[in-house]
Amino acid sequence: MSNPVLQVKDLRVYYHTARGPAKAVDGVSFELEPNTRLGLVGESGSGKSTMALALMRMIKTPGRIEGGQMILGGIDLATLSSEAMRQVRLSQISMIPQGAMNSLNPVVRVRKQMIDAIYAHNVKMTAKEIDRRIAEVIEWVDLEPGVANMFPHELSGGMKQRVCIAISILLKPKVIIADEPTSALDVVVQRQVMETIGRVQAELGASVILIGHDMGLMVQFVNRMIVMYAGKIAEMGNIRELFTQPLHPYSQLLISSLPRLDSKGELQGIPGIAPSLLNPPSGCVFHTRCPHVMDICSKQAPSLIAMDGGQMVSCHLYGEPLLW
Amino acid sequence: MRFLKTLAGLRHHPLLTIGLVIILMLILFGPVASRFVNVKGAKVGSSLPEQTPSAEFPLGTDTYGREILPVMVVGTPLTLRIGLIAGTIGLGLGIILGFMAGYFGGWVDTLIKGAADVLLTVPGLLFLVVIATTLKGAVSVNMMALVVASLAWMWPTRTIRAQVLTLRERQFVMVARLNGMSGFEIIVRELIPNLLPYLAASFVSAVGSAILASIGLEALGLGPQNEPTLGMTIYWALYSTSVLRGLWWWWAPPIAVIILTFIGLFLISIGLDQIANPKLRRAT
Amino acid sequence: MNVGYIIRRIGVFLIIIWLAATINFLMPRLAPVNPIREVLLQALRFGGSGKADMEAVVKNYEAKFGLDQPMWRQYLRYMGDIVRFDFGISISNFPTKVIDIILRALPWTIGLLLVSTLIAFGLGTLLGALMAWPKTPNVVNILMAPLMTLSAIPFYLLGLILVYLLAFTLKWFPLSGGYQMGTIPSLDLTFLKDVLYHSVLPALSIVLATLGSWAIGMRGMMISGLGEDYITFAEAKGIKSRDIFFKYGLRNALLPQMTALALSLGYIVSGAVLVEIVFGYPGVGTVLYRAIQTFDYFLIYGLVIMLILAIGLATLIMDLIYPLLDPRITYQGR
Repeated sequence: MSNPVLQVKDLRVYYHTARGPAKAVDGVSFELEPNTRLGLVGESGSGKSTMALALMRMIKTPGRIEGGQMILGGIDLATLSSEAMRQVRLSQISMIPQGAMNSLNPVVRVRKQMIDAIYAHNVKMTAKEIDRRIAEVIEWVDLEPGVANMFPHELSGGMKQRVCIAISILLKPKVIIADEPTSALDVVVQRQVMETIGRVQAELGASVILIGHDMGLMVQFVNRMIVMYAGKIAEMGNIRELFTQPLHPYSQLLISSLPRLDSKGELQGIPGIAPSLLNPPSGCVFHTRCPHVMDICSKQAPSLIAMDGGQMVSCHLYGEPLLW
Repeated sequence: MRFLKTLAGLRHHPLLTIGLVIILMLILFGPVASRFVNVKGAKVGSSLPEQTPSAEFPLGTDTYGREILPVMVVGTPLTLRIGLIAGTIGLGLGIILGFMAGYFGGWVDTLIKGAADVLLTVPGLLFLVVIATTLKGAVSVNMMALVVASLAWMWPTRTIRAQVLTLRERQFVMVARLNGMSGFEIIVRELIPNLLPYLAASFVSAVGSAILASIGLEALGLGPQNEPTLGMTIYWALYSTSVLRGLWWWWAPPIAVIILTFIGLFLISIGLDQIANPKLRRAT
Repeated sequence: MNVGYIIRRIGVFLIIIWLAATINFLMPRLAPVNPIREVLLQALRFGGSGKADMEAVVKNYEAKFGLDQPMWRQYLRYMGDIVRFDFGISISNFPTKVIDIILRALPWTIGLLLVSTLIAFGLGTLLGALMAWPKTPNVVNILMAPLMTLSAIPFYLLGLILVYLLAFTLKWFPLSGGYQMGTIPSLDLTFLKDVLYHSVLPALSIVLATLGSWAIGMRGMMISGLGEDYITFAEAKGIKSRDIFFKYGLRNALLPQMTALALSLGYIVSGAVLVEIVFGYPGVGTVLYRAIQTFDYFLIYGLVIMLILAIGLATLIMDLIYPLLDPRITYQGR
């Protein structure tokens, strides 16, 4: 197969609380190809935000990366020193924050914040080149050049988010993580921001990991999707197939809960509540809420297997793994 | 039952507990010790002057023949009383004004907040000096308390106003209003319970600054001339240049008691802070 | 910068001064017995060599505050004098004018206060910020307890202790005064060194007592500041730890800290006045002490107004500097 830009192998991130470890991410593996848009969807507590922080190596105590590898461009991010990781941030892998309202330093102008970011890395650029780069990214995100000289409080929510996008592509990273970038914005601005991210991704040839819980938004943007539940991958695959033919009961419930314009009737939710990460259900983590639960589900955890067609699913309904 | 539960909860707040214990001991010191110590020794001329501490005079005597130990026993409650009265008045005023400002808004708010802000920038002590010198002499302990209270209301007003403003817009107030509760009911039933930690903190700080102000005034000589409050004792000590003459037992005990009082109040306020804002509860 | 903002601030400043002066005017007149008259009459009664002088003072007083004149006339005259800094003649230091006495003492106080406050604020703020930063070595956190204790003590009491320990017992520093008694103030190096030597203890009292509260305040603000989104994003941008501390954390927490400084100026001045008394330092504190002893009302009132003026001015300057530090203020006014 082609050369993946990011390989995550059996990643485990646990939060050590007084009552024991909460397994926020528990054995997650996937590969990210270049020039791809990957969606990571799940409810609160599914571990998706933890994934983002883990990839940036920004997990804070009491959280800790317990095991696994995150290989970016041949280097395992999990084993890098903090100084080395600092250099990797923004230059190889960057993040677009969730709450752009407050993500920019309120007392510093946008331009200065960008210059700071560039200087923090060992980049050999002359002042002129830096200026040009800044003007370039500002233009790429569809903002007026004057924005660079403004203070954050002079910008609207959508503009601030686009500034954050601009900052995240300053050093042309290979992977961009967008952690619910539009949750604080209204639909019109949402669309603009997603379009910007999409355009930027295409021009850079970078890969974007879009994290969120809004399936509808995901579908319009991503090529591939991972559905997470309680720290594990439930299903993974091509967006078209996943959306039209979801295999995992959880994915099915998620997709059917989306309101549709063409059908009327009651909104369908997913019964039950998110499981405790301290004391997850035995066997398959989803079995307590699964409409298709079987005997084996409470006893043995299913593993992620590939179906023909490329989709991967972790569910006992699909017993025999088909060999490629 | 709830009281016992509160007491048990104190275990989790060591600083608060220590503070409360200290203050409690200080409050009890006066009445309890007066049973064992002859308070008449606090009067001028009751003993030989300038005696170093000994078995007969545990804390020595001062230039005027006053025994220091009885002076402490009599003076501590006096100073604490000033603090408590002034603090209560300050808090009371603060509650009323703070509520009015926060709840009614508009020009009432502008007026009260403006007055509080302006008075805050003024050096309190100097202001009190002006008031006290005008009243000249004839100042009793209770008058001291009133004088000091006149400047103790600003911080409580400010704090309470800020809290009322925040709470006013919160959901549960709107719900209460929708349920038909009258303004007064809302204040008593909904707002006050949420304000308790802030009220307590304001009270502590009001008492603290009241004691501080009263001691300051007294050290300048503007306090009740005939009462051996802690501040006046220091005043007389300074007046008789006791520091230069090495009569440490004169000024050290009142200072020690004052420091202890402030440490106690300080610990209480930190403890209350930690209850109100758990984020500050980091291991120190 | 928003011109309206500046005008408003200056307006508030002037109102405060006016209020202070007016209260000073009303107070003796509202008291049951006008104390100024009392003191003057008393001085007259004791006669002696000063009798003729005292009569002059009383005459001066009556002329200015002509008590038979309608109140508003007195008031206007009074305000007119205030504007010209004419606070009358000191009763206890006759015939020196009040304003002269004050001006002689003021530089000492301002010098002491400025230096001590700057040191305490600077050190305290930095210490507080460090205490909030998770990557600080634990040794700094241990300082927290003693600092907290110190901040609970009123400065002048701390001064008393310091005088006793370091000046009286250990004889490391002079006991009192601003300079060696008997020397004539001049601007040569020996005198300046002497001044410095004498100011160490008073300055130390102020610094030690206030350092703690600045540190604790800053620590609190840093802790909330560090929870902000822009800190997280800064880390995601790959900014160096040290830069995040200074440029993103400290820089932002400094703003409310400066507001706290402006608000506590009154408190600091009050404390410093008392410190001066303990050390016999030739600043306005000692002047005030003696004025109170002799019930020299003109001096007391003049001093109070001057100090309020000084503090008001300092607060005004800080308020005007604030928008330069926080770009958000300029556009919203206050």
